[in-house]
Amino acid sequence: MELKDKLISSFLAFENQVDLDHPVHEVRSEAIKNFEAKGFPSKKEEAWKYTSLKSIEKVDFSIFPKETNALEYKDVKKFFLHEIDTYKIVFVDGVYSSYLSETTHDGVDVCLMSAAFSKPMYKEVIEKYFNKVASKDESLTTLNTAFSREGAYIYIPKSKAPRKPIQILHLATGNEAALMLQPRNLIVVEENAEVQIIERHQSLTTNEVFTNAVTEIFAAKDARVDYYKVQNDAPTASLVDNTYIDQKTNSQVRVHTFSFGGKLTRNNLNYYQNGEHIDSTLKGVTILGEKQHVDHYTLVHHAQPNCESHQDYKGIYGDSSTGVFNGKIIVDKIAQKTNAFQQNNNILISDKATVNTKPQLEIFADDVKCSHGCTIGQLDEDALFYLQSRGIPKKEARALMMYAFANNVLESVRIPELKVRINKLIASKLGVNLGFDL
Amino acid sequence: MLTIKDLHASVEDKAILKGINLDVKPGEVHAIMGPNGSGKSTLASVIAGNENFEVEKGSIVLDGEDLEDASPEERAHKGVFLSFQYPVEIPGVSVTNFMKTAINESRKARGLEDMPANEMLKLIREKSELLEIDRKFLSRSLNEGFSGGEKKRNEIFQMAMLEPKLAILDETDSGLDIDALRIVANGVNKLKSKDNAIVVITHYQRLLDYIVPDYVHVLYNGKIVKSGGKELAMELEEKGYDWIKQEETV
Repeated sequence: MELKDKLISSFLAFENQVDLDHPVHEVRSEAIKNFEAKGFPSKKEEAWKYTSLKSIEKVDFSIFPKETNALEYKDVKKFFLHEIDTYKIVFVDGVYSSYLSETTHDGVDVCLMSAAFSKPMYKEVIEKYFNKVASKDESLTTLNTAFSREGAYIYIPKSKAPRKPIQILHLATGNEAALMLQPRNLIVVEENAEVQIIERHQSLTTNEVFTNAVTEIFAAKDARVDYYKVQNDAPTASLVDNTYIDQKTNSQVRVHTFSFGGKLTRNNLNYYQNGEHIDSTLKGVTILGEKQHVDHYTLVHHAQPNCESHQDYKGIYGDSSTGVFNGKIIVDKIAQKTNAFQQNNNILISDKATVNTKPQLEIFADDVKCSHGCTIGQLDEDALFYLQSRGIPKKEARALMMYAFANNVLESVRIPELKVRINKLIASKLGVNLGFDL
Repeated sequence: MLTIKDLHASVEDKAILKGINLDVKPGEVHAIMGPNGSGKSTLASVIAGNENFEVEKGSIVLDGEDLEDASPEERAHKGVFLSFQYPVEIPGVSVTNFMKTAINESRKARGLEDMPANEMLKLIREKSELLEIDRKFLSRSLNEGFSGGEKKRNEIFQMAMLEPKLAILDETDSGLDIDALRIVANGVNKLKSKDNAIVVITHYQRLLDYIVPDYVHVLYNGKIVKSGGKELAMELEEKGYDWIKQEETV
């Protein structure tokens, strides 16, 4: 059975497990209808021209995770940012692990979607925000909506900030031959509130994992959100990450995406600006090898005047890896004085690596500053010679240059320990030890 | 120390060096002068092992060892240093970290352990004082946003850190104001010893007022057409390069 059919039939079983009277279930029912009509996106669609899900659709994935898998912290410690104290929302094969997690209700809510769906105290927030910014017709998003039951629920009330950053970690144990996961996250940051979130998906074996995640982020007036996505998964793990962000006046939302591994990764990152003086920042470093594939598909919709967006994606592609950057910017007629900046630079370090980069600008206002640039190149030979002439071997010299190339994306990482971890990941991806922590 | 014999080099099939002969002994300072496009910077690059240039003929021997097959980093490990005319910017890598990497890679090549951190700090402090470099400067990204003078001073700081046997200074005076020139030249002079040698490549005589050469060579059209003592530099300053060109044409 193809995956689509399996999912449709599984929905009936899913309905036996959830509260059908909850208003959310109506949303789910609508969503499954949409997915049934549309199915998985195909390469015929412009938005999916460079990324094919065909091989994933043929895998016989388990749709419902079992609850039996326990992990020892010491075995998965390295996947946490363990150098600092954090709140943790951890899922093992899609099931919440209270043992590995540290949640809170101390002034802020850092807990679970399942709890938010079932407890009356969250009803108001769920009704106000759930599925309000996520697409209602994009097929994979609606598929996730249909099966939405578990994930991270983060609510930061007005002028509050959690005492420490929050980590969301999805672990896959490989107990199933092939597992499909659909986490659903809701993050609401109220007026003048603040939050820092680190998210990671990690498969622990070489069994197939396919994750179709949806995250909704609501940043109210003056709110500040820093979201870091660390994608360094096993070569048999695929991820479609759908992130939808709703921003109000004077808010700042910054998403950093570090794509260092995994079989196939598609990042649909959508920003909707609904206020003035908004700052939207999208940054990414991609370092791929082997046959890995990453597709960054970004959208920034400027719907009000006097807002800014900054996009800066750097990619380094080796072996037979492939990368895509598609950056869409829409500036509505009313959105005068928009300042939209987009940059995508790539280095190919192998003859077999490919990159497709495409800016898509739809500008309907006349008083705007929009700049975009994309480059695909090789390492600068003169610079290599300079480093080598100082006694640095070619391999290390190349690594230093690639690091320098990606550097301005790292500069804006506000958690120093995370920056160190990312630097170490970069050094290991580049196969070097430079003798100092980059 | 350095013996260059009948060196021919080209880039993209265009011959640039057409038979260079040069002999540099320990403790000596040589100046290579010449008009633009005569091949001065190419000579510096070829000695340092830049693979963009094809050595067609001839040899470069350092302390009895032919450098033909040595990579740029191997040449550096053997004690060759090139101060660049246009140093490259490396964002995100501080001057200090860059020097640590360079020094420890050289040590590794010689079978030595990494330099202990306190020793490294002491060395950095000592050498930065020599070049009158501010401590804050050392934590900045290598060459990023440096002024022309800062770049050159940083090149000589690197030379001081690496203590090369043979230092080639390629147009180190260009872009320097008189104060910076004095600091840089002063630094170079303090690094001079009876065991190392310096080759100064320059268009103008100005730098040679401060770094006084034992020998001056005039490079024109890929060949050394004239050699002499430091008075040759004065003569060139006075008369320009035209008389050399004319002599050559005749």
